[in-house]
Amino acid sequence: MTTPEAVLASPLPVTSVRALANPARRRAQVGWNVLWTGVSGLATLWIALIVVVLLSTIVLGGWRTVTWEFLSQNPAQGLTKGGIFPAIFGTVALVLLMILAVLPVGVLAAVYLHEYARASSPLTRLVRFAVSNLAGVPSIVFGLFGLGFFVQFLGRGMDHALGQGLLFGQPAILWAALTLALLNLPVVIVATEEALRAVPRSAREGALALGATRWQTVRHVVLPQALPGVLTGAILSVSRGAGEVAPILFTGVAYYLPYLPWSPTDQFMELGYHVYVLATQSPDVAKTLPLLYGTVLVLLLLTFALNFTAVIMRSRLRRSMGLGT
Amino acid sequence: MTMTLETRPTSEASALKTPAARPEGAPPPPTTLETSGLSFHYGAHQALFDVSIAIHERTVTALIGPSGCGKSTLLRTFNRMNDLIDGARVQGRVSLDGEDIYGPGVDVVDLRRRVGMVFQRANPFPKSIYENVAFGPRMFGMRSGSGMDDLVERTLRQAALWNEVKDRLRDSALRLSGGQQQRLCIARCLAVEPEVLLMDEPASALDPTSTAKIEELMMLLKERYTIVVVTHNMQQAARISDRTAFLMQGRLVEVDVTARIFTQPRERLTEDYITGRFG
Repeated sequence: MTTPEAVLASPLPVTSVRALANPARRRAQVGWNVLWTGVSGLATLWIALIVVVLLSTIVLGGWRTVTWEFLSQNPAQGLTKGGIFPAIFGTVALVLLMILAVLPVGVLAAVYLHEYARASSPLTRLVRFAVSNLAGVPSIVFGLFGLGFFVQFLGRGMDHALGQGLLFGQPAILWAALTLALLNLPVVIVATEEALRAVPRSAREGALALGATRWQTVRHVVLPQALPGVLTGAILSVSRGAGEVAPILFTGVAYYLPYLPWSPTDQFMELGYHVYVLATQSPDVAKTLPLLYGTVLVLLLLTFALNFTAVIMRSRLRRSMGLGT
Repeated sequence: MTMTLETRPTSEASALKTPAARPEGAPPPPTTLETSGLSFHYGAHQALFDVSIAIHERTVTALIGPSGCGKSTLLRTFNRMNDLIDGARVQGRVSLDGEDIYGPGVDVVDLRRRVGMVFQRANPFPKSIYENVAFGPRMFGMRSGSGMDDLVERTLRQAALWNEVKDRLRDSALRLSGGQQQRLCIARCLAVEPEVLLMDEPASALDPTSTAKIEELMMLLKERYTIVVVTHNMQQAARISDRTAFLMQGRLVEVDVTARIFTQPRERLTEDYITGRFG
């Protein structure tokens, strides 16, 4: 029974596959197949249904509220009338500041981890461990950390050093944006590293073999190819940043402000927090309900618009490199 | 030294004579690359054992041997591409024009400019054909302009690619065929004016026509460059190389004039490998 010839010549064992493949068994197998196709299909349908119900509720409840006045005016009469312009402005400003803070640090950290650091070094492992744990920290903890570190420690410290009155040592859009940036740092690092990993080793070798330095290789070959992936990270962090309320709660968001945050030390209004305020802090819930629907719809549309812009930019980039979309 | 190689249509290039044998007793050509007592480790695994080999100037030297024999590792010690691997360790001496390239104070970046490399799979950058060739010169600080245009044209002519791409220099290099991409990679190397060209199975992923073009190109290029080529293809080694080195299990078994290696090798192992008894 050791040579192939001997095995081929011997009779089939009783429990051979051929013996098992009888019509009754086949019918049962076909039956199970149909059943599980149905079950998995229903699971998918369920998800689609939830999304449709969610979106249609919001759109139906809010589309009449979302007028030009609603988008361009301040809230009025104890939040029961008027618009949400300061909250839209605050959200956009917050997200832009956050991206400015998180992208350079996150991308450079990922470049260091993936292109420079030796994968086996204890320091690299420690940093990776820290990054993945950072991603698991509840967002309210980031909020408290932001209050303690940015507002109390850094802000007060700056005020003290500058020897003037209270300026930095209070909640402000700057600190809120930095706190959000911290929350999104793992998102950007992981997405960028993913993108760097997808750049083939041969591309790096091609550049290095021509006499490019490591930085020239990263700057002119690796990063351009990784850019679409980096943008994916940016998209994810924008979506998350526009929706998170907990991290900005103690660090800068305001219930109501009659002015816009033109200075980084100003407080600001934000759509997500405004939704919370309208839903829980209003003296007259029936009156604010249409405004609530409208605000949620605007928040959704804004996030979609930001995402969509980034998706378009990404596919443009890929096409310009001849990589297809 | 003139900057351009005389370019010929490829059909003429194919009719080029095979290298004329040196008359007996003539002094050997100067040595460009030389290793002595070279050993190489990937972590605990030793890939090269005490390899001593001399690569002659303006010749094609073929490295042959079964898979895993260390021929690619040897090739990559010549431009220190192995430095990029975690846990790589080199013992012994590798010299380029008499200078130890693993010595202290050696500029690896300049070494890699002087010793160009072409890989098994063509790896053009996802940029235009023009930008691929201009990449190396730009890294060394050359600016755009007519000087760069001239350099790109001259280099593409050297790589026998100009006529096929001159009307679409701004197209993505990824739209070229596999063989054209490989010739573009050769052009990319030539643009930084190297002395040595290392080629790691440059035609193994190509069809016979493209392979023939690469081989013709190598015959032209060896008039100006020292070429070391790793190949799995015995016929290719016999066709294109002046000298052939046979490696096995990390050791250099034999190195000699190609004609002698293929007709009367000194070692039994070489003969067995050449005649297809193993590998």
